[in-house]
Amino acid sequence: MSGSSNYDPKTGIEKWLDARLPIIRLGVDTLIFPSPRNLNYWWTFGAILAVMLVSQLITGIILAMHYVPHPEHAFDSIQHINRNVNFGWLLQPMHAIGASLMFLAVYIHMFRGMYYGSYKNPREMIWIVGMVIYLLMMAAGFMGYVLPWGQMSIWGAIVITNLFSAIPPEAAGQSVTQWLWGGFSVDGPTLNRFFSLHYLLPFLIVAMVALHIWALHIPSNNNPTGISIKTKADTLDFHPYYTIKDAFAIAVFFMIFAWFLFFMPDSLGHPDNLIPANPLSTPAHIVPEWYYLPFYAMLRAVPDKLMGVITMFAAIGILFVLPWLDTSKVRSMRYRPLAKLFFFVFVLTCLGLGWCGAKLPSDLVFATGVNEAGNAVGFTFVWFSRILTLYYFAFFIVILPILGLVEKPKPRPLSIEASVLGDTKGGA
Amino acid sequence: MLKRIASLALLASLSAGLAFAAGGGKEARKQNWKFEGVFGTYDKASAQRGFQVFQEVCAACHSAKYIAFYNLGDKGAPFYDPAYPNSNDNPVVKAIAKQFTVTAGPDSSGDMFERPGTSADKIPAPFANEMAAMAANSGAFPPDLSLITRARYNGSNYLYSLLTGYKDAPEGVQLSAGMSYNPYFTGGNQMAMGAPFIDGLVEYTDGTTASVEQMSRDVTEFLTWAADPKMEQRKGTGLMVMIYLFLLSLLLYGSYRAVWRDVKH
Repeated sequence: MSGSSNYDPKTGIEKWLDARLPIIRLGVDTLIFPSPRNLNYWWTFGAILAVMLVSQLITGIILAMHYVPHPEHAFDSIQHINRNVNFGWLLQPMHAIGASLMFLAVYIHMFRGMYYGSYKNPREMIWIVGMVIYLLMMAAGFMGYVLPWGQMSIWGAIVITNLFSAIPPEAAGQSVTQWLWGGFSVDGPTLNRFFSLHYLLPFLIVAMVALHIWALHIPSNNNPTGISIKTKADTLDFHPYYTIKDAFAIAVFFMIFAWFLFFMPDSLGHPDNLIPANPLSTPAHIVPEWYYLPFYAMLRAVPDKLMGVITMFAAIGILFVLPWLDTSKVRSMRYRPLAKLFFFVFVLTCLGLGWCGAKLPSDLVFATGVNEAGNAVGFTFVWFSRILTLYYFAFFIVILPILGLVEKPKPRPLSIEASVLGDTKGGA
Repeated sequence: MLKRIASLALLASLSAGLAFAAGGGKEARKQNWKFEGVFGTYDKASAQRGFQVFQEVCAACHSAKYIAFYNLGDKGAPFYDPAYPNSNDNPVVKAIAKQFTVTAGPDSSGDMFERPGTSADKIPAPFANEMAAMAANSGAFPPDLSLITRARYNGSNYLYSLLTGYKDAPEGVQLSAGMSYNPYFTGGNQMAMGAPFIDGLVEYTDGTTASVEQMSRDVTEFLTWAADPKMEQRKGTGLMVMIYLFLLSLLLYGSYRAVWRDVKH
């Protein structure tokens, strides 16, 4: 909590330093602060993400020593890293797969925040800073995917940067696109600036993570009951109780990471990205990395290009105002039977949108018959994604605001301590 | 709870896998490969024969520009010999390199010149540039093969199916001039490359009968290595890493239980 400090400098050197630069105090108070005693394993993803971020920084900085941001050499330099640089075969996939796994962790982290109402008063700023981190991650991930300069790199970049040409020319749409490209097409200057920004963004993420953790230290963690900390009996010190629990979770998460890294390194990538970029040959099916697929589905669900782009960005933008859309005072959906139901449908909707994003809009979810020409007709993915997009927005704009007013929550325990003593199974 | 986390991870990987099942062409026929699985290693004899097929047949039109001759003698490579930890010294590698002619230079008078390859050279490309390659192949560019099995969905099975999949065009299918019919080809059923193999096309140095299937299998084995030369090293390290992480997890779980022993939560 803010205000109090657990640090008591004992030696002369510590006292001297503490009076001038209280950096040890900062470290001690970051780790030894009261956290709810009932945090379950869904709360370990914050620490997992912190470790993954460090892993991405280390592998990325080393890769940048060998990577060449030039259209003629970028693809070759990735091959050089994988084939000739010492341990390059480990570092390059570790960075690419690490990005995927980081998104997996961040999605779990966000769904956890939504389920347990971690974005609600007084934690709105933690959530908003978190959303800024997520946006920065999306930008960093997108630009990072362009760097290997394979077919999906360049065509992904062409598709995404062209989104800005949806802005009407009178509102400078064309010049925005050219400004992003640094020319008249996605080419060398684009690759160069993406590399520069891809190196910059992670450090902005680190800064935002510092703010995220700072903001977290004001009200402390939310918890599965959603009930605020009332007495000291509700809490445990973060260290050693949660450092050790997080360490265990990190090790387990790294086993999943290692499994992908060592035994199925190509499973999360697209084979087309191992074909060198060719601006004259469009791949049959341009798809982004899996973590963007839900938004890609929304983009293509709307027939009008500009509206599609607006829908896609609105899908992220709406998360920023989530704390004010949810009108319920009860944080945890444990005690909100209806909200819980709608939330699980929302999770399935997001996964469903991901499925739609991986398919062509004209592909069939299921066939209902055959037309005169002998081709199967039925329920297409574009309609499936339209329905899912509708639910995605309805969940925020209609369901959450109304539910808070009409839903009758289940009785909640009096305190975190009471919930722990009443529930012998434990929080995990 | 951990089961739930694992199932989420699985779900994500499945949904990711879905993204890549797309693409034209008939589904590749699944083969059994020694390099599959956690303990998978390359079949060295097959990969050596595969290199012979590549050198005598494929290399007439296709490059493999990321492979240097010394790579052929690296750990996990077809011609690895533990007696030569520095693969540049491997006599087999040196002999192979010598069979190729490499353009080098410029010399002191500014001219390029030709010399026999050395183990430090990359496998030379058959054509000077893409345009020359296209001119010699009626407008079609023979792709570089160093990454081919990873640059196609289900690459090794795909390549094998493609090489053994040439057929006469079924009735009603009008082939364009110079094209061959192959149902497995991702870019439609018509392919600029004709069937590259006939039975007995190469004479294997190890006496194996060179059937179309055998040559296809061997060259696929070789090209799978070429696309993923560090696979054996990676899987070996991976196994150690998994064991290490498993033991670390056990230790950390024990520590977690010890720290939380007297705490109700």
